[in-house]
Amino acid sequence: MNNAAPAISLRNTVWLTAAFVLVAAPHAARLPPWLSVLAGALCVWRVYLARTRLALPARWLLIAIVTASAAAIFLHYRTLFGRDAGVALLVLMISLKLLETRTQRDGMVLAFIGYFLVTTHFFYAQSIPAALYLLACVWLITAAMISLQHTREPAGYRGPLRTSAVMLAQSVPLMVVFFMLFPRVQGPLWGMPSDAFAGISGLSDNMSPGTINKLVLSDEVALRAEFVGAIPLPNKLYWRGPVLMDFDGQTWTTTSRPLYNNIELRRRENPVRYSVTIEPHNRRWLFALDIPSTLPPRASINADYLLQSHTPVTRRMRYDVESHLEYAIGTDRGNIMLRRSLQLPPGYNPRTLALGRELRSRHGDADDSGEAIMNAVLTLFREQKLIYTLEPPLLGRDSVDEFLFDSRQGFCEHFSSAFVVLMRAAGVPARVVTGYLGGEYNPLGNYLIVRQSDAHAWTEVWSEKRGWVRVDPTNSVSPARADSGLAAAIPESALLQRGMMSSKNPLVRQVALTWDSIANQWNQTVLSYNLESQRALLYRAGLDGDTVRTLAVLLIGATIIITLVLAFATLKYRRHAREPVLAAYQKFCDKMARTGMARSEAEGPLDFAARIAHARPEFATTAYEITRLYVSLRYQDSKKNINKNKYLKKLQHSVNTFPA
Amino acid sequence: MLATLKSRLSDWFIPPRAPETGVIVLVQRRVYILPTRQGLLFAAVLLMMLLGAINYALSLGFVLTFLLTALAFNAMLFTFRNLARLNVTGGRAPAVFAGSSAQFTLNLANPGDHPRHAIGLSLDKRGRTDAQFTDVPAKAAVQISVAVPAVRRGKLYPGRLTLFTRFPLGLYYAWSYVQPAMFCIVYPRPAPPGLPLPSAEAAQGIGASHGQGQEDFAGLRPYHPGDPPRHIAWKAAARGQGLYTKQFTGQAASEIWLAWDQLPPRMDTEEKLSRLTRWVLDADAQRLHYGLRLPDATLPMAGGDAQRERCLEALALHDVADFSRDDE
Repeated sequence: MNNAAPAISLRNTVWLTAAFVLVAAPHAARLPPWLSVLAGALCVWRVYLARTRLALPARWLLIAIVTASAAAIFLHYRTLFGRDAGVALLVLMISLKLLETRTQRDGMVLAFIGYFLVTTHFFYAQSIPAALYLLACVWLITAAMISLQHTREPAGYRGPLRTSAVMLAQSVPLMVVFFMLFPRVQGPLWGMPSDAFAGISGLSDNMSPGTINKLVLSDEVALRAEFVGAIPLPNKLYWRGPVLMDFDGQTWTTTSRPLYNNIELRRRENPVRYSVTIEPHNRRWLFALDIPSTLPPRASINADYLLQSHTPVTRRMRYDVESHLEYAIGTDRGNIMLRRSLQLPPGYNPRTLALGRELRSRHGDADDSGEAIMNAVLTLFREQKLIYTLEPPLLGRDSVDEFLFDSRQGFCEHFSSAFVVLMRAAGVPARVVTGYLGGEYNPLGNYLIVRQSDAHAWTEVWSEKRGWVRVDPTNSVSPARADSGLAAAIPESALLQRGMMSSKNPLVRQVALTWDSIANQWNQTVLSYNLESQRALLYRAGLDGDTVRTLAVLLIGATIIITLVLAFATLKYRRHAREPVLAAYQKFCDKMARTGMARSEAEGPLDFAARIAHARPEFATTAYEITRLYVSLRYQDSKKNINKNKYLKKLQHSVNTFPA
Repeated sequence: MLATLKSRLSDWFIPPRAPETGVIVLVQRRVYILPTRQGLLFAAVLLMMLLGAINYALSLGFVLTFLLTALAFNAMLFTFRNLARLNVTGGRAPAVFAGSSAQFTLNLANPGDHPRHAIGLSLDKRGRTDAQFTDVPAKAAVQISVAVPAVRRGKLYPGRLTLFTRFPLGLYYAWSYVQPAMFCIVYPRPAPPGLPLPSAEAAQGIGASHGQGQEDFAGLRPYHPGDPPRHIAWKAAARGQGLYTKQFTGQAASEIWLAWDQLPPRMDTEEKLSRLTRWVLDADAQRLHYGLRLPDATLPMAGGDAQRERCLEALALHDVADFSRDDE
């Protein structure tokens, strides 16, 4: 239709390029390096072309670049879909679109894609700093859009930035209303790319030497827990994760277990109620303290007493749960898993197996022999002078033998693995339990932060009388681990680098805790906001019934009100006092107009006065006086130090007493 | 057919107005607003972002989508405000010859506290062609002109002009129609140069009694630019009475009559006017004194710019109805 779309100016090219660079910058680290370099080079090229007013490259060249780059992206990611490849393609497309941006309209399309690119960041980070950074990006893109609409180059870059800031600030109330009231349909609407939640760290469903001590170096939050009432003692904070039953000589693995929708505990004492905000880990399990006694919504419990969500935890979620810290589980003998919890891979760890057989023969087959063997093993662990360390030496084929008899240095996975192998060798059913131990109390938000660095592995030993009993072999060697946390147990340099939270400086710790408490609030109120929260909101407001419909009605109502208020504020025509000098003179003109002498638009005040003097000599003196005052007030050099107030008073007086 | 229906419909929605005199205030009910193509595209982008936020449960995706939605709402108010309450006054429209284009100047005054940016003026309904843009600072007035092709001689009315804006985000198109009571005199298109002026004799006998000459002093009249310096009453000037020109009676070669009935009857009206226009221009260029005689009017002998304009105007308005751009 319109082929006369205005061409894009150098300044607007700079605006758009700057906005794109700002939006794309955080992606640079994630993209293949050649793509970051290519995108940067294309930006530089575009600005260069705009500066030198050279023609933009031919279309075939751009098509060639886009085809080659898309092929390279495909080779890099092995797909063109999915999160990472999608972002790479988007960055590629925008940087090439930049080179095809000729008109104002192209510029607008570019700005729209820029907004879209902002959303892609939320796949990777939704923290407060990320949000602030992206807000700055939106500010800049909006300013670029405003700059595009200027038909005359505004002086400087500040005007569009100011207008953009004002517009965005005014948009906040409506945004908040939409955020709170827009019915949150439970996603996903379509399949997610397989890598949508890649790179999420956390416990895995298997354990081999090194699995956990790698995790322990991460300062990332695994979950946060708020307790109703007092927080249990640190050595009671065993956050139960996957239970590992099968051992192949190297790796412990879990098996899928039947799920139940009710929980039966033979004995339950010392209840504790709390709510957990779990970080996404892309697995189904939900952590709870040993042993959960209630089920959160949309979750079951498996035969190993591990809470299982119905869908993988791909986003932060919050659930309320109750645990009993004193319990009895698995006391029924008919449990077929008992046989499995005695199995060992043949041909591995011969020295350990021999030691186990020896222990068994020493303690006999009495009912309580299991307990006696357990104590003997724990004593052995202490006597062997095993060392608890984050950097154990690498182990060979017979990892347990090497750990117990040769290197004697290990982390919790070595201790628990060795302990269970030894118990099984002695004929006592045992298994490995992974999870987190402890957590850090944040007094500012009154909650517990459990990090990946709190990852832990312990064991459970079965006896006919007591069922599965938790035994933490690490604890017998390094009691500080359970009582005071990892940092106290291993004062090693690796831990000190982990972040401010474990800093010895109280001020730094304080800042870190404050920050985490803010981040927690952010997670709880903003990031975890969903239909459930909306339902709770309506419930608190006393609005029951169909949540979605109520929300829709509220949303429409609030939108109308806010828009009206905003419209009123924006379009309000202030009939306010014009400049008093002008007002006084206008009054004089009105008075003259009533006598039949209207001043025409184009007539200067002096001409008008002359005309009055000629036509109505009786007004001449006053008209000249008024005109003189008006002219000197309005047109006199403001540097000349005339007494403006006095002049104005005189002018107003003359006008008011003007006889006409 | 469709175009007719469309224009009927738009006339029904937005009734055509009579030309307005004085200050036209673009009150709110005169300002219309619709999303632009880009605005619709933006809505599509927002929808995609919303679906993405739902699918991946990205809370900040919701925040961003809703912030931009609110921004789009707000942009509507900004665009509307950018045009509403603008004061429009018809300005100058200097006379032109048919075949060239008339420049209609409007005064745009901004009584508000906010500067207005990128206000466009166009003949076209949707402001698509030949739009002129201007900014109007707060509490200030600017002028903006629009060119209208002057096809025929006569009084040319600009018709319905469109004032529009897409500022600040280009997502909306706000526009208002103004039809200021102003017109431009379109002189007849001059005949090609080269034809000689009628001879002075041809005018003899008609109006000779009040013809001006150089022989007998007849009195003083105020000086007109172009009067020969030797006719200026220097003595009066020296006394500080201003400039006067001495007038003489009697015939002279520099006085001619340009008369309708001198032209051959086979020429049609427009051809005659065209020829007369050329004569007026030539006579003026030669600084002659001339008079113009048309069937319905006679302009007495005079010289200078004022005479030229009087004559051209008489020729322009000879026996025509007013017309506006829309009549074309």
